[in-house]
Amino acid sequence: MASARLREPTPVRWGLRLLAVVYVFLLVLWPVSLVVKYTFADGLTALSTALTDPDVTHALRLTAVVALSAVVINLVFGVWISILLVRYEFPGKRALSALVDLPLSVSPVVVGLALVLAYNPRTGLFGTHLDAAGIQVIFATPGMVLATAFVALPLVIREVVPVLAEIGDEQEQASRSLGANAVQTFRRITLPSIKWAVVYGVVLSLARSLGEFGAVKVVSGNIVRQTQTATLVVESKYQGFDQDTAYATAFLLAAASVICIVVVSLLRPKEQS
Amino acid sequence: MSIQINGVTKLFGDFVALQDVSLDIPTGQLTALLGPSGGGKSTLLRIIAGLESADSGTVSIEGNEATHLPPQKRNVGFVFQHYAAFKHMSVAKNVAFGLEIRKRSKADTKRRVDELLELVHLSQFSHRLPSQLSGGQRQRMALARALAVEPTVLLLDEPFGALDAKVRKELRDWLRRLHDEVHVTTVFVTHDQEEALEVADEIVVINDGRIEQVGSPDQLYDEPANDFVMSFLGPVTHLDGRLVRPHDIDVFTSDRAGAVAGEVVRLLRVGFETRLTVRPVSSIGGSYAGEVAAPGEDDEVTVVLTRSHARELALDVGSKVWLSPNPGATTV
Repeated sequence: MASARLREPTPVRWGLRLLAVVYVFLLVLWPVSLVVKYTFADGLTALSTALTDPDVTHALRLTAVVALSAVVINLVFGVWISILLVRYEFPGKRALSALVDLPLSVSPVVVGLALVLAYNPRTGLFGTHLDAAGIQVIFATPGMVLATAFVALPLVIREVVPVLAEIGDEQEQASRSLGANAVQTFRRITLPSIKWAVVYGVVLSLARSLGEFGAVKVVSGNIVRQTQTATLVVESKYQGFDQDTAYATAFLLAAASVICIVVVSLLRPKEQS
Repeated sequence: MSIQINGVTKLFGDFVALQDVSLDIPTGQLTALLGPSGGGKSTLLRIIAGLESADSGTVSIEGNEATHLPPQKRNVGFVFQHYAAFKHMSVAKNVAFGLEIRKRSKADTKRRVDELLELVHLSQFSHRLPSQLSGGQRQRMALARALAVEPTVLLLDEPFGALDAKVRKELRDWLRRLHDEVHVTTVFVTHDQEEALEVADEIVVINDGRIEQVGSPDQLYDEPANDFVMSFLGPVTHLDGRLVRPHDIDVFTSDRAGAVAGEVVRLLRVGFETRLTVRPVSSIGGSYAGEVAAPGEDDEVTVVLTRSHARELALDVGSKVWLSPNPGATTV
């Protein structure tokens, strides 16, 4: 390597590397491994107890429903907004771009509170009308899906926007000049080009949605076997001195995230080729 | 007339890309839109294709009003400078794209794709991805793709601009031959005057959003409408207040009536030609006074001679020469 002569002396180099590794170990790997250790302290007992606890199974099912719904919503709107941001010029474009990033910086608790204010059945601007129509948003699944979708909104967009910008619009123009309409062009040209970015964004959104806690806690009301998701179960079981079940549920959430990360790292090289 | 453009104006913010441009492009010919970058030639081509819309004015293609038609309804083939290959599709799939959109039968599509790949000499590459092709091959694929839909007009935007000089020259010859085989009305944009002079039946010189001159390559070269057209079609130099081509200047080693006296200040041999830079001297009565009158670079005259002619005249730096445009020279 040409840069070999420019490197730090060997002990310094190894010292710096070790420091980084120790930092990540202490911050991430060790605490997470403890969850695994406590989950399997009595073999599979904790896991099987948790999986037969109706509180937990209901929460896992609810988490799956909420997370998947939020991901589907973010997939559709994410791709839509990305195309709008990259391909079209319109007044307020910068404002829209900034708004899309807002969920990254605002605390999820604030998001939950804002949604309660907007959609609560008594004073909420939309809530009163929706309530009159028989649709309950707050303290019900729709509100939880909304909160989760809000929090995970930027993830698909931030993956797709740079790829769309990089591929440019010449292929789309070529497609149009060859007779394809807007829908055909999107399906046959745009979508295949951004495919991996979309998949990557979806996996990230899914991981984020599974783990959402703050916003969901505020809008759900945290009602056992009704609006309690897996993350909420972990908290309530832990505080209710049912630590084993809390560890087991936490382990399941962590496992799902790890699977997401593995999927992403498997996808990455394909994305580059 | 295949394409009629009437009073087209296009603005990008404050920048006037095209100003009241009217042009008729004849059927079955190869027409070049020639001009400097930013002159509006690509914008005009994109307006014909429907990829850009004119602020005012009309476009009709084969007698059909097309001003407000979207690109997919105009039946034009468009070839981009950077190929715009569909990266995720094989070469054959790229070429088949327009036919699949038109819902042609599978057998029909395959036959037509094979035919076109044969035409552009890419048959053996039909299963490759565009990333596995060279630039020249990609552009030939793009051309086959545009021709597949049997367009009324074929539009090429700086088609060889991204290729190296050698491939560029090959493709240029090849485009000319292709056009002689497939008589589709073709318009191509270029900033390379040699490319336009060599390939086109008709050249439209565009500058600053306006058309400077329309004519055959010969007309443009022999009767340039103004100094812009003359200087854009090749090197020019100022002699005695007129614009002349450097190889159209006769060099004498003795005084002639009407000739401009000067001194050779630079001499450069490049291949078969010799380039002289001559500084005119104050020429009271046309005689050489041995005194430099105008040291400014602007007044220096460039002359191109053949190597042997220069040797015959025994020219060197410091030689005294007399210059006059030769009798058949084009001057503006």
